[in-house]
Amino acid sequence: MEKLIYQFEFGLFFWQVLIFVGLILLLKKFAWKPILDAVNEREQGIKDALLSAENARQEMENLQADNQRILNEARAERDAMLKEAREMKEKMIADSKNEAQAQGQKMIEQAKAAIESEKNAAMAELKSQVSTLSLSIAEKLLKEELSNKESQTKLVEKMLGDVKLN
Amino acid sequence: MVISNKPLRFILAALVACLPLMSFSNTEKDSAHVQTEEAHGAVSEGHHAEPTDVKSKIKAFIGHHVLDSHDFTLTQDDETGKYYGFPLPVIIWDNGLQIFSSSKFNHGHSVAESNGNYYVINHHDGKIYKTDAEGTITEDEATGHPTNVRPLDFSITKTVVSIFAAALLMFWLFSSLAKSYAKNGGIASGIGRIFEPLVVYIRDEVAIPNIGEKHYKKYMSYLLTIFFFVLFLNIFGLTPLGINATGNLTITFSLAILTFLITNLTANKNYWGHIFWMPGVPKPMRIILAPIELLGVFIKPFSLMIRLYANIFAGHIVLMSIIGLMFIFKSWIGSSLSFGLSFVLSILEILVAFLQAYIFTMLSALYFGSAVEEHHHEEGAHH
Repeated sequence: MEKLIYQFEFGLFFWQVLIFVGLILLLKKFAWKPILDAVNEREQGIKDALLSAENARQEMENLQADNQRILNEARAERDAMLKEAREMKEKMIADSKNEAQAQGQKMIEQAKAAIESEKNAAMAELKSQVSTLSLSIAEKLLKEELSNKESQTKLVEKMLGDVKLN
Repeated sequence: MVISNKPLRFILAALVACLPLMSFSNTEKDSAHVQTEEAHGAVSEGHHAEPTDVKSKIKAFIGHHVLDSHDFTLTQDDETGKYYGFPLPVIIWDNGLQIFSSSKFNHGHSVAESNGNYYVINHHDGKIYKTDAEGTITEDEATGHPTNVRPLDFSITKTVVSIFAAALLMFWLFSSLAKSYAKNGGIASGIGRIFEPLVVYIRDEVAIPNIGEKHYKKYMSYLLTIFFFVLFLNIFGLTPLGINATGNLTITFSLAILTFLITNLTANKNYWGHIFWMPGVPKPMRIILAPIELLGVFIKPFSLMIRLYANIFAGHIVLMSIIGLMFIFKSWIGSSLSFGLSFVLSILEILVAFLQAYIFTMLSALYFGSAVEEHHHEEGAHH
C-alpha cells in the first residue's frame, strides 16, 4: 500500500483528469451524441421498414384472400344462376307439357262431346226420318190397302224390301 | 504468391534466422558499454553506478520502462551514450512557475537549474527532486526513497503525451465517424466505422443490461469514452513506443475515482438506503451491514484501479522480461524459444488489452446500475 501511494503523482493526476474530462465533454458533444443518434435513427428506420414490409405483406395477403372470396362468391352465384335456369327450363317444359296435355284432353273431350251431339243429332234425324218414312209407308200401305189385297201385300213386301235396303 | 500462403511462418523463420546475427553484434556492444559507463561515471556524480552486466541492465531497463519519464526516448545507443527521442517540457510549481526543457537533465545525468533552483531526476523512481548545485540526494535508510523536497511537478511527461495523443486520436476518429453519418445518409463510412460495432456493443451489451433502458443514456458518454480510452492506451502500450499509461497507478486511480464520483453523485435514495439501512433484513443485522456496505463503496473503485493497473503492469514486466531473455540466452535455441514465447505472450496481451478495457467499462456500468436501481427488493418482499 505504501508503495502504491508512493507511485501516485499529483501532476500526472491533474493532467489526466483535465484531459480525460475534457475528452468526455468534447466527445459527448461532437461524437457520442451524433453517433448514438444516428445509430438509433438507423435502427428505428430498419424497424419501421421491416414493419411496413410486414404490413404490406399482410395487406397483400388480405387482398388475395379478398380476391379469392370474391371469386368464390362469383362462382357460387354463377352456379346458382345456372341451377335456377335449369330448374326454370325443366319447369317450363313440364308446365307446357302439362298444359298441352290438358289442352289435348280438353280438345278430345270437346271432340267427343261434338261427336256425341252429332251422333245424337243424327240419331234424332234418323229417328225423325224413320218416323216420317214409317208414316209415309203407313200412308202408302193404307193407300194400297185401299186398292186390293194383293197389291197391298205386294206393296208391303216392296216397302219392307226397301226398308231392308235402307 | 507462395509467401502469402504462410506469412506468419515465414516471418517467424526470417526472424529466427536473424537472431544469431543480432547476438553477435550484442557481444561487441557489451564490451564497449563498460567503457562508456566509466565515461559517464564522471558526469553522473552522486548517482548510483549504472548496471553493467546484461541481466541488471535489462532489469533496470524494464524498471524504467514501467515508470513515467520526463523525456520521450524511443531507443538509446549504449555504445555512444546517444538517446533517440525528444525532450518534453518540465513544469514545476516551486515558488513560482518553473518551465524548462527536460533536455537540461541530460537523461538524469545532470542537475537542472531554473531561476536559481536546482533539480535532479532520481534514478530509481524517475521523479524530480529539489537539490543543490552539486545534486546531492539524501536517502531514507528504511525505504530507500530520497528525503529531498519534492516540488509540485506538472511536467508534460511521457504518459501525459501519450494520453494526449490517445485523446486526440479518439477525438479525430469518433468525430469523423459522427460526421460521416450525416454525409453518407445514416451509414458510417471511413476509418471510424471499424469502431461502430464496438459502440453499439457497449450500448447493447454493457450499458443497457447493467444500467437499464431508463437511465443508461446519461452514462453512455462516460462508458464509451472510458472503454476506448483504456483500450487505446492498452494497445499503445503494446507498440514499441514504450508507453505504459494504463499500467500507471495514477492513471487508473483517476479513472477509478471518476467512476466512484459518478456512481455516488448520481445515486438515488434507494442506493443509499441499501448501504445504510438494508431493507429486508432484521434490524440488528442492518447495523452490522451498514459499515460493510459503506466499505464496499470504496472497495469497488479501488478494485477497479488495482485490476487495470496490475494487469497491464504485470503484462509489461513479463513481456519485457521474456524479450530480455533473448539477449541473455544469446543462443540459437534459447533465443528462438523466448522469441516464440514473447510472440505468443504479445498476442495474449492484445487479448488482455481488450478484456481489461471491457471489464473496466462493464464494472463501471454495473456500479452505475446499482446507483440508479429502482425499488426491486421491496416489491419482492410484498409478494
